[in-house]
Amino acid sequence: MEIKVFFFAKLREVFEIGHEVIVITDAENKVSDVLNVLRQRGDVWRRELDENKSFRIAVNQEMVSDDVFLNEADEVAFFPPVTGG
Amino acid sequence: MSVRIQTEDFDVSQEMLALRKKNAKVGAVASFVGVVRDLNDGEDISTLELEHYPGMTERSLELIVTEAKARWDIYDALIIHRVGVLRPLDQIVLVIVTSAHRGESFKACEFLMDYLKTRAPFWKKEQTSSGERWVEARASDAEAAERWAKAQSK
Repeated sequence: MEIKVFFFAKLREVFEIGHEVIVITDAENKVSDVLNVLRQRGDVWRRELDENKSFRIAVNQEMVSDDVFLNEADEVAFFPPVTGG
Repeated sequence: MSVRIQTEDFDVSQEMLALRKKNAKVGAVASFVGVVRDLNDGEDISTLELEHYPGMTERSLELIVTEAKARWDIYDALIIHRVGVLRPLDQIVLVIVTSAHRGESFKACEFLMDYLKTRAPFWKKEQTSSGERWVEARASDAEAAERWAKAQSK
C-alpha cells in the first residue's frame, strides 16, 4: 500500500526532501515498517532515524509511537522535537 | 475561530477586546506574548525562521484549547502563532484566556503555552553570527508540560 511520508525542519533539510510516497506491503503495515524502508537507504537516513535519535512521529497529523498500524493513503510525518512558542 | 497561524503581526489589545465580545460575564482576561530575543545560548540572533506542519498545527492547537476548556471553567481562549522570518523584538505567539475569575484564566493560559511548546509542530531556526542552526527542544519545556499531566485536577 502507498503511504504519504512528510519530513520537517532539520530532517527535511538533511534528507533534501519534504515529502514522498513510500510503498509497503500489506503485511508490513506499521510505522516501524516505513522506518525500516527509510533506514535501509543508509547514510543520513540511517543516522537521523536511528532508534537513539529523538525524532517524533505523527500519523494523520497526530503524534504517535512507531508501533501504530497504517492504512492505505495514511499520512506519516517524521520531525525533530518541536520548538515553537 | 480560536486558533490562527499567520505571518503578519498581531495587536494584543484588539485581540483581547474581540475575545471578550462584550460578554459582561467575563471578569478576568489573562494573556501571554512570546517575543524574539537577540540572544540565545550565548549567540547573537539576527533572524528567527519558524517552520510548521500546516494542518497538524491547527489541529493540535485546537485540541489543546479543547483540553483547557475541559479542565478549567473558562469562557474562551485564543492562540495566534506567527510563522516565517522574524527578528528580535518581534512578537511570536499570543495566548489569551477569558473567565469569570482570575485563577482559571492564569492557569489555563500557562497550560496552553506549556502544551503548545511540547505538542504543536513548530520549529525554529536561528541565524547567528556564526551561521544558522535549528533550535533544540529544552528539557525544561517537557518538564513544564509534564506538571499538568500529573496534576490532572486543578
